[in-house]
Amino acid sequence: MRLSAQQMAARVAQDIPDGSYVNLGIGLPTLVADVVPPDREIVYHSENGILGMGPSPEPGTGDPELINAGKQRVSLLPGGAYFHHTDAFVMMRGGHIDITVLGAFQVAANGDLANWATDEASMPPAVGGAMDLAVGARRVLVMTTHTTKDGRPKLLPACTYPLTAAAVVHRVYTDLAVLDVAPDGFVVRELVDGLTHDELQERTAAPLRFAPDLVVL
Amino acid sequence: MIDKRVPSLEDAVAGVRDGDTVLVGGFGNSGVPVELVHAVLEQGPRDLTIVTNNAGTGETDIAALIREHRVRKIICSYPRSAGSVWFEKFWRAGEIELELVPQGTLSERMRAAGAGLGGFFTPAGADSPLAQGKEVRVIDGRRHVFEKPLQADVALIKADRADRWGNLVYHSAARNFGPVMATAATLTVAQVRAFVELGELDPEAVVTPGIFVDRVVIA
Repeated sequence: MRLSAQQMAARVAQDIPDGSYVNLGIGLPTLVADVVPPDREIVYHSENGILGMGPSPEPGTGDPELINAGKQRVSLLPGGAYFHHTDAFVMMRGGHIDITVLGAFQVAANGDLANWATDEASMPPAVGGAMDLAVGARRVLVMTTHTTKDGRPKLLPACTYPLTAAAVVHRVYTDLAVLDVAPDGFVVRELVDGLTHDELQERTAAPLRFAPDLVVL
Repeated sequence: MIDKRVPSLEDAVAGVRDGDTVLVGGFGNSGVPVELVHAVLEQGPRDLTIVTNNAGTGETDIAALIREHRVRKIICSYPRSAGSVWFEKFWRAGEIELELVPQGTLSERMRAAGAGLGGFFTPAGADSPLAQGKEVRVIDGRRHVFEKPLQADVALIKADRADRWGNLVYHSAARNFGPVMATAATLTVAQVRAFVELGELDPEAVVTPGIFVDRVVIA
């Protein structure tokens, strides 16, 4: 009933049009690149100064300096380019990235995103490029489990963790549903087979509206 | 005659002083001027403020500076990496100060310094606790936080090739912070793979013009 990480990635990939400039956040979103339909040409951006990022080379091969935001080795596709860090962030912050896919700790009904810090103080705080990406990308897609490992909702009326950015999320893809952020809050567009509306609402802290043309995810 | 080439790493870092703010290029392990940082470690200055993207991993370069008690403060965007044990240890013990800056803001603050600007307004971080204590202004209906320039004493960067005028070209994603850091320090030092003759670098493709660079060394 619940989608696997691969299935979630495949569903997100369906919504990335041919010719898009895309930045994939670290974690779950990196799976999306492997499952974009092969007839689509997507230009992947990496915050450390790469456009046209390609798949990881065979282990032990490739250029050790050519890494992605997750510090893994990647390749460069024909048409790709290298540029410096400030230009990379002009692209991110300046509205030039068509789509970013990000992970989340929490998403609020008004589109607030919390994905860089929790309330746990034992590790040093770290933010990276998340805030620049969240405020700058034209379309912000969140890919996340619907609840935490111990069953607490991640879709809330308001975030309790420090915000990455306010009112930026457009659509959320979870292992149970696909939801849009609308002016009146979360709207469920797609729902996994075998889960009722009430069962989804039980796992969500914010009120849900169900689209009249709701489909099976 | 202009000749920014220096014969040794020791010559390259001569004059780095106690209390200096030092920009260190690199993203993860890509483009880190490891040999220049080790030369600074050898030379001995203490009480440094290091500006860099990550807080060092393992036992080398930035991690070594921290381990050897040379770093008072680190200004960075992502100090939490696999293997950043020395930073974490010192941070937990309250022995190193952390100023956390969103990565794009880090870059742009250095650019503002290099560009002679007084600062800028950015939406990144404006809705987060990182904006506390700073001016926040609503511009076109969106919150922006005012960020000040980040000017440094020293920049240590890694490039691929240099000529005697200090013009630099880089290698793949190792470029990252190098070009902006080169503009934002009083003393900019680049370690390179090789020197080339003046005129060998295509003027259409020089990434860091030598005006920003003071010393170049092979490492």
